[in-house]
Amino acid sequence: METVLSGLAGGFGVALHPFNLFLVLVGCFGGTLIGALPGIGPTNGVAILLPIAYGLGLPVESALILLAGIYYGAEYGGRISSILLNVPGDSGAVMTTLDGHPMAVNGEAGRALSLSAVASFIGGTFAVVLMSVFGPLLASYAISFSPADYVALMVFAFASLASLVGKDPLKTLIAALIGLMLATVGIDASTGIKRYDFGIPDILAGIDFLVVIIGLFGIGELLHLVEQQVTGRMSLLKLDKSFVSKADLLLTKWTIARGSVIGFFVGILPGTGASVASAVAYGTEKRLARDSEKFGTGDPRGLAAPESANNAAAGGAMVPMLTLGIPGSGTTAMLLGALLLFNVQPGPLMFQQRPEIAWGLIASMYIGNVALLVINLPLVGLFARMLTIPPRYLTPLIGVLAFVGVYAVIGNTFDLKLAIGLGIFGWILRKLDFQLAPVILGFVLGSLFENNLRRALSMSGGDWSILLESFDSQALYVLTALTIVIPVIVGRRRLRMAAQKQ
Amino acid sequence: MRIVFAAACAVGMFAGGAALAQNAITDPECIAPAQPGGGFDLTCRVAQDGFSEVLSEPMKVSFLPGGSGAVAINQFNTTRTDDPNAIVAFSTGSLLNIVTGKFGEWTENDVRFVGTVGADFGAVVVRADSEWQNLDDLVATLKEDPTSVIFGSGGSVGSQDWMKGAILLDTVGLDAKTIRYVAFDGGGEAIAALLGGNTDVFFADMGEMTAHMDTGEMRILASLSPERLPAPFEEIPTAIEQGYDAEYTIMRGFYVGKNVSDEAYQEWIDVFRSAYENDHFNKVVAEKGLLKMQMAGDELNASIADRVDRLRGMAQRAGLIQ
Repeated sequence: METVLSGLAGGFGVALHPFNLFLVLVGCFGGTLIGALPGIGPTNGVAILLPIAYGLGLPVESALILLAGIYYGAEYGGRISSILLNVPGDSGAVMTTLDGHPMAVNGEAGRALSLSAVASFIGGTFAVVLMSVFGPLLASYAISFSPADYVALMVFAFASLASLVGKDPLKTLIAALIGLMLATVGIDASTGIKRYDFGIPDILAGIDFLVVIIGLFGIGELLHLVEQQVTGRMSLLKLDKSFVSKADLLLTKWTIARGSVIGFFVGILPGTGASVASAVAYGTEKRLARDSEKFGTGDPRGLAAPESANNAAAGGAMVPMLTLGIPGSGTTAMLLGALLLFNVQPGPLMFQQRPEIAWGLIASMYIGNVALLVINLPLVGLFARMLTIPPRYLTPLIGVLAFVGVYAVIGNTFDLKLAIGLGIFGWILRKLDFQLAPVILGFVLGSLFENNLRRALSMSGGDWSILLESFDSQALYVLTALTIVIPVIVGRRRLRMAAQKQ
Repeated sequence: MRIVFAAACAVGMFAGGAALAQNAITDPECIAPAQPGGGFDLTCRVAQDGFSEVLSEPMKVSFLPGGSGAVAINQFNTTRTDDPNAIVAFSTGSLLNIVTGKFGEWTENDVRFVGTVGADFGAVVVRADSEWQNLDDLVATLKEDPTSVIFGSGGSVGSQDWMKGAILLDTVGLDAKTIRYVAFDGGGEAIAALLGGNTDVFFADMGEMTAHMDTGEMRILASLSPERLPAPFEEIPTAIEQGYDAEYTIMRGFYVGKNVSDEAYQEWIDVFRSAYENDHFNKVVAEKGLLKMQMAGDELNASIADRVDRLRGMAQRAGLIQ
């Protein structure tokens, strides 16, 4: 504990240096804006700005503080396009669309944006505190998590997803299956065999997540807007000045607390991240709610759960990176790569060898979270005003942002065409009353599930019993069984009680 | 990503204003065929910073991600075949991609290789508490029961990481397809699996082990380099020393388009050769965690032809290609 406090004290000395403080603010602000762009999340945000940070010739701790600011700024910003445009800013913000966008449509964009900012702040801060106090301990737990345990975690996540089932369970299932199918495209990691590539070299490495999200959500939404305009069913939203209230916070306090815990513990596991964390958090909240039918129609709890979870996960992902030198996510891998560019060997010895970098970074995360809340709350009104932009301007804007996003990040015209194809497909799915979130989650969880199942089976030489060997797996399967069985029992009991009353 | 921050980079890197050499290369550009932050970015930064005293103009770095280099090689075979000012980063992994057909129709004969800036080498790594002290111990266990050891690396079957293991196993007559190999998503996850006790052996790069050398958590059984490496690896024996003829060099270098004129091609070769003599360049190479490997022009072409042959032979034996 003493080393933590003295380390933190030194870290705050670095992070509170006026120039570094300025960089935290610049990073957070820039990150929020980048994250707000449809599809461009933390990983791509850091990728785009890494060359600038390098070119500025900053001292390494300052550059890292700037990049980390962009990282969690983008994590904050991801919710903005989810809520306002129904286009997730990144994979972790997919669940945010489910209740965030309905709130905006109901004229509560300001309330949704401010509530999610508070939820993000609590989730993010919770993660940083836990990381600075228990970092090394948590990291050794995180690496003991075996591929078989990941399989169990994914089964649990899928079970949580079952709660997403709307009016039509079959359609949700089909949507998730479409996502799973999209995830199988490309070279199979375990055998090196090409799958469903149709001889097109551009998809050998798989379909980029960005293309799926921009296509299905971004271009799909665009077509939907155009259709509404053409048919004249488009109603212009009035400027709303709603804001998060004390009652909202009281209603969601346990939701945020649970979301933060779930997010953090899923986030520290290498390989899983904000998307899994927010899906599990949302599913859990919906299961726990007595009036779960309100979820999906603009329920504040359905917004607070994924937002606290994805920010806590972003903090959690820093744990294995800082304590073990193991990147737990795409963004942290990029931050580690950045260290190498700056001639710093990233790794477990950084705390001893370069404490100003390791602790400075942690301290900057404390400051960054506060800064993000302070930056974001006043901006809520400005962002909410975006909805009052007449559709004839807003629609092309979404189109431009979607295409620029795909091209800036991937730089391949084939992916633009693929995004258009997926967009038309997404629009057709919407016409047929399919939800798009299960497609995305099937896509994300599907490849994690498949890769880990294959890993577990190659470890055991094809023996399936490996899946049930560890305590972690068993515990997760018990939880899965409970999440499936309890609602059934509770539902029956309610039915019986209702019958008795009559 | 076609985002070019030439101005910003130039100001940052060349404010020193060293005495610049004279040559005809104008507006030099280094193309990293990947997202920023990875190995190709690093390779370009070595050129950008390291060539600052041998090029007459500052070099800019641009990013052209897609298919681990497939998009870049495609562009330099279609629209930019004679661009005399741009060099594109490649590594041994790119050669493997050529061999296994991941670059489509393009082969090693469709570009002109200029020079290398440095190299990394394969490593055979186990946990510190492992029963194996050297390669002999590991091979003895494998010969007894090849399926008793779980290998894990950051790449799929047929990738560089897998290839390192396949080459080593090949020297003792073991078929890489019969071993238990777990493919992780990147070296980070593979290290986590090794430390967490989920795998037994990790085929790494020596470079990524630098940060873990003093932690006492892992042991490097062998470096897959032609000879012993300098500090901090001077104590690590090579596989060859231990009697196994296995070597895996990850060379990091550059190519230009096929239709670049002989004069421009020679100009670039001269740049690389003068850089090899330049102290600043050698300092940059070491700072970026690369080991020395300096080959340009014909010498490099011969070496690449040889490597591609060997990789093709391995890929055939492993059943990756017909």
